[in-house]
Order: sequence, then C-alpha cells, then structure tokens
Amino acid sequence: MSAAATPALDHSDHDHHAGPSKGLMRWLVTTNHKDIGTLYLLFSLTMFFIGGAFALVIRAELFQPGLQIVNPHFFNQMTTLHALVMVFGAVMPAFVGLANWLLPMMIGAPDMALPRMNNWSFWIMPFAFTLLLSTLFTAGGGPAGGWTLYPPLVLQTGEAFPFVILAVHMLGVSSIMGAINVIATILNLRAPGMTLMKMPLFVWTWLITAFLLIAVMPVLAGAVTMLLTDKYFGTSFFNAGGGGDPVLFQHVFWFFGHPEVYIMILPAFGVISQIIPTFARKPLFGYASMVYATASIAFLSFIVWAHHMFTVGMPLAGELFFMYATMLIAVPTGVKVFNWVSTMWRGAMTFETPMLFAIAFVILFTIGGFSGLMLAIAPADFQYHDTYFVVAHFHYVLVPGSVFSLIAAAYYWLPKWTGHMYNETLGKIHFWLSVVGVNVLFFPQHFLGLAGMPRRIPDYALQFAEFNMISSVGAFLFGLSQLLFLYNVIQTIRGGAKATDQVWEGAHGLEWTLPSPPPYHTFTTAPEVK
Amino acid sequence: MTTSRIAHACGITIGGALLVWSAGAHADYALNMTPGVTAISRDVYNLHMLIFWICVAIGAGVFGVMFWSIYHHRKSRGVVPAQFHESTLIEIVWTVVPMLILVAMAVPATKTLIRMADARDADLTIKVTGYQWRWHYQYLNENIGFFSTLSTPVAQIHNDADKGEHYLLEVDQRMVVPVGKKIRVLTTAADVIHSWWVPTLALKKDAIPGFINESWTLIDKPGIYRGQCVELCGKDHGFMPIVVEALPEAEFKQWVEKMKVSNPNTLTASGGKTL
Repeated sequence: MSAAATPALDHSDHDHHAGPSKGLMRWLVTTNHKDIGTLYLLFSLTMFFIGGAFALVIRAELFQPGLQIVNPHFFNQMTTLHALVMVFGAVMPAFVGLANWLLPMMIGAPDMALPRMNNWSFWIMPFAFTLLLSTLFTAGGGPAGGWTLYPPLVLQTGEAFPFVILAVHMLGVSSIMGAINVIATILNLRAPGMTLMKMPLFVWTWLITAFLLIAVMPVLAGAVTMLLTDKYFGTSFFNAGGGGDPVLFQHVFWFFGHPEVYIMILPAFGVISQIIPTFARKPLFGYASMVYATASIAFLSFIVWAHHMFTVGMPLAGELFFMYATMLIAVPTGVKVFNWVSTMWRGAMTFETPMLFAIAFVILFTIGGFSGLMLAIAPADFQYHDTYFVVAHFHYVLVPGSVFSLIAAAYYWLPKWTGHMYNETLGKIHFWLSVVGVNVLFFPQHFLGLAGMPRRIPDYALQFAEFNMISSVGAFLFGLSQLLFLYNVIQTIRGGAKATDQVWEGAHGLEWTLPSPPPYHTFTTAPEVK
Repeated sequence: MTTSRIAHACGITIGGALLVWSAGAHADYALNMTPGVTAISRDVYNLHMLIFWICVAIGAGVFGVMFWSIYHHRKSRGVVPAQFHESTLIEIVWTVVPMLILVAMAVPATKTLIRMADARDADLTIKVTGYQWRWHYQYLNENIGFFSTLSTPVAQIHNDADKGEHYLLEVDQRMVVPVGKKIRVLTTAADVIHSWWVPTLALKKDAIPGFINESWTLIDKPGIYRGQCVELCGKDHGFMPIVVEALPEAEFKQWVEKMKVSNPNTLTASGGKTL
C-alpha cells in the first residue's frame, strides 16, 4: 500500500505550488476537501462553545431553587437554542467535517465528488447560525418553545419565528447537499480494489447516515413550512380549531427526529470502530456484522418515531407497535457493543487519549442505551416521559456518546491533519476531567427524573435541590475542561513533535499511508487496494 | 508515569465525591421512582425495577469482560495481540439471547399497558383542561368546576421569603377525589399542549387543544399527591402544579355538596371566558 501511495505524492508536490489561494480568500473560495473539513470542524468547535455557554446559563439558574439569574422566558430561549445549536451547529457539522477530511483519504479519492457544492454546503452554515442567534435580540426574544418546535406553543414565538424557520431550512439544505456529496463520493470515487465490504467502518457508517439525512431533512423542511403557513397564511395544518391536528406535527417532526438521533450517533460508531482496533492492535471482531448492525439500526430508526410521543393518547395497538419496534433496536446496538468488547479481548492495548475517550464512549453510551431500553417500555415511559430521566438519557448518548467520539476522533487524526503530535499529558488530563465532569453532570439527572422533576423548568421543588446542585457543579467542571481541549488543539496546530506517517503503531488504512500532514492534494492517482 | 499520577488524582476526587455523597445520605435525596398508591403505579414500579436490574446484570457482564480485558490484555504487560475475528456461532448467540431477554420484558409490559388502556366502567369522570398557566377541573357527574392555580407566594420564588415545605407544589384549590373508586380523567387544553402528571398515580397524559384524551386511576390510600405540568407550555410552564387530594368516600361526598354551592361549574362550552 505504501508503494501505491508514491505516485500520489509526486502529483501533490507538484500541485502544492498551485495549491491554495492566499489569505481569507483561500477559505472563502476553497473547493478542497481538507480545507472544507477544517472549516467545518472549527465552525462546530465554535458552536460547541456557544451551545455550551447556553447550557451553563441553564445550569447556573438551576444551581439553587428560586429564580436567580434569568427570567423564565429567557430560560426557555436558552434550552431551545442550546439544543438547536448543539444538534445542528456542533454535532452534525463536526461529523461532516470528519467526513470531508477522511472519506477521500480513506477510500483513495482525490477529493469529494462535488467540490463546489461542498464549498456551498459549508458556507450556508455560518449565515444560518447568524440568523438563528440574532433572534436573541429581536422583540420577544429568540425561540422559546423548545427545539422540537411543537405547535401551538411555537406559534406564540415573536418576531424570531420566521428567522428560525428560515435558519432551519438553510441548515436542511446544507445537510442534504453534504449528504449527496458523501454518497456521490463513496459510490463513485473509491480506489480500484476498494470494494464496499473493504471500506473502513467510518466510511460505511457515513454512507448509511447520508441516506438517512436525505430521507428525513426534507420531512423537517415540510413540517416547519406548514408551521410557517399556519402562522402567516391562514392554514390550519396543526390547528384543531380549523380542522387540523397539533399531534400531526409531532408525528412528522419525530419521523425526522428519530433518524436524526442516529445521524448523530452512526458516524460516532464508525469513529470508535476505527480507534479501538488501532489501540488494541487487533482487527475489529466482526466487520460484516458491524455493517449489518448499522444498516439495521438505520432501518429501524424509521419505524420507532412515536416512542417520543407515548403520552399523546395513541391507540393501544400503536403504543404496542412502537414499544416492540423500539425494544428491537437494542439487538443491533448490543451487537455493536459486543463487537467492540470482543475486539479489545486478548488484544495488546495501550491507552492514549483517543483510546481513553473511545473506552469511555463504549461504557457511557451503553449506559445511555440501557436508559433508552427502559424508556422503550411504554408503561414505564409514562413515568419517565418529559422528566429529567429523559434529559439524562439523551445526554448520555449525545455527550459521552457523540461528543466523546468527536473528541476521540480529533485526538486520533489531529497528528495526521497537522503533522504534529498533541500534548499527551494534557490530553489525558482533559480526558479525566471530562469523564468525571460528565458523570457528575448527568448521572444525578436520572435520580431527578425518577423522583419526579419535569424537564424544561427554570425553578423546582425543594426535594430536587441537592442533585441539581451536584449536576450544576458537574456542568461547570465539564464545560471548563473543554477549554483544555481548545488549548491543546491550538497548540497542536501551531507546532509540536513531528508525527510519523502511520502516527499510531496499530493504525491501518489508506489515510495512514499518506505523509503527516498530507499534501494539499492527495491520491490524484488512485492507489491500488488489494 | 503521568498517567498513573492522573489516575491517582482522579481516584482521590471520586473518593472525595463518594464521601460527600454518604455524608449527605441523610438529606432528602430521592433516588428512585415511587411505587405510588394505585395498582397500576405499583405494576409500573415493578416493571421499572425489573428492567433496571436486567440492565444492571447485562452491564455487569459486559463491563466485567471489558475491565478484565483492559487489565490483562494491555501492551505494557507484554502480551502479544491475538488476531482472531468473526465467529458465526458467537454472533448468533449474542443476537438471539438479547431477543429472548426482550421478549421476557415485553410480556409484563404488554399486560400493564393493556390494563392501563381500559378506562371502562368508571365511577366518576373529571375533565382536566390545561391553560397557560393553570388547570381547570370539571366534575362531569356533579355540577362542579373550578380553576387550580399555583399558591406559592411570588416572594418565595424571587428569594425574598423563605421557601415553604411544598414550594411550587401547592395550589389554591385541590382536585379532590374519593379513594377506592375508578376515576376517569379526560384531559384537554384551551391554548397550547400541556401534560397532566401525578407520579404517585403513574398517570401522565397530554392535554391537547381540540382533542380529549382518556385515562383512569383508582387510588387505594387517602392522601395528598402532587405533580406538575410536564409538557413545555411557555413562560410559566414550571409554575402550574397539580395537587390531588384523595378522601374516604363519605368525606368526598361532603366536599361535593359544599362545592356544589360554592363552585358550580363556571366553564361554558365555549371555554373559560366567564372567569
């Protein structure tokens, strides 16, 4: 494989001179997958800190019972924007950034298949988020009806309303274009010999994720457009008074929303499936079963949406169907976890920062999976629904789940991208502070929910005081620890020990055959995969 | 070297946290769901505990194997990595066994769900309507109707006064019900979606404008049971509690007679405008 990479090098050295434009224009007009990947990653890191700051406002208000820092209306704006920013601004673009950087280098392609569209799908995002965040300064404030945008409440939004809808549309357009690009790249630009069943799992999980995106983002667009016409053009899609149905919105929203959950976790599965074999120095236990499990999860994600709505008053048959279908997801998810554990079994493990985050991912994501299974049981869900138990559940799968996988990915591939090793000691400190912080933050929320604390409330009864205080302490510990990550990333970009091409002793795959950092253009001549 | 020092520091941190935890164990830490005061709520509690312990057992197994592996199969111990992968037998086993466990969970869950759905033959019916931000209770068999609004003084919320025992969980007018009777609860809303939840009754149903949802409860024990709105309904979503007072039947009858005089139903078919 290393021999195959040589012709690519010759070309890239040649291209390097004609390479990127200088200064700001380079980033505005770039069609290079590495530049666009960097833009996506830096953008999502920025959004991660903005969304995190919103979360800290929430946790600061909830530190003690009573209203101290913000009023209830602003509190609701914070919960709404925290979710929108984290979902659409931090997690999704970060995975698109990884896809941009890695897919071409993993399948031996010179770039993404549609480079100009790639530029466009990134540059929509900063405008969309400027639009969304600017609503905080409009009369009536930003959106405060929750990220789920349920009518009729969301129709009470002030001047912010059309801005929010337009921002969601723009994000949807960006995501769909990104997804089309991923599919076009993977299906058309694989190097000779790179059959589908030889692709790295990260490529597989992204291929499946891209299909999910294309299937559901237009559904969200349809739902929010109906909201817009209900508010401004006199339609009554969701207005019972005009013959409509508010629950219809929830069905449509969650038909988007549940696959969306997997959009945020399938690429994470891919990342973890790259990292664990590297540091266990042992091939992934069941490659084929991982691929099938991913596809099964993706399929099931389309037929479980109403488990988010067990309390809306569905007929018994509906509740039974959605309960059984949801429980079924535990099977392919279990297959994934068992595969990671058996990959570690009898390996020769080392515990560099990416591996630490990957191991924490497996444990903590599994805990989130357990609470997910509990939530699937409809009669019990009546007790859990819309309480902090749900908040704990989805934060366990999203923070030590998706976000840890992203941090693991950053540490794992940063030496490849920058050519420098990051500071390992700092990385490990970051890991331990994060893993302690995230559990102090979210574990007590299980207790709060079971004890009866509803979600999305700015003030609470006294029996919830202790765990809220502990949770808030954890929030600040976790949030502030991420500044170490920021510092470590910046230092690694600026300099540091020279990284080798393979970087990690156990790393396999085409991206590790390229120099660190890779030249501006790579694999202009396709490598041969055996 | 550094790693072990960090690990050591973390050990101290976690140990310290546990110490704080145990010191506070006498405080009012509610850790778990309540078994509640109805047959259904006890079923739900048992179901919850069953699944919880199954998850704990699976977790102990999976994490046990993982930690064993992390301890024994590390490069620093000089092990040579095995290169095995794929085993059809193991893969079939770890697909089929979880399926069987799921079936074992689904059976009691289905039974409970079917019982919960059966609201027939109720002794009395109460219509609960959600408003921004209070509840209205209408007793359909009697001619009684009234609003129920948060009674916690604003000064307590703004930290200008000491918070009372039932801070944010107290109302001016409780929903009073008899024990030992099957009560049908109809939920709906007048403006946005709300959700009516009393944890001790294991009863949570969305209140949706234009639609009427049906559920039921049968309370064994007299007492005061508190809950809250659990569907985000705007600014004061956190400030519309629910208080249910369950009385022995005779006392309930007295209450009804008293209320018929003082609180005849004020809610007309066109909504609560008469207030």
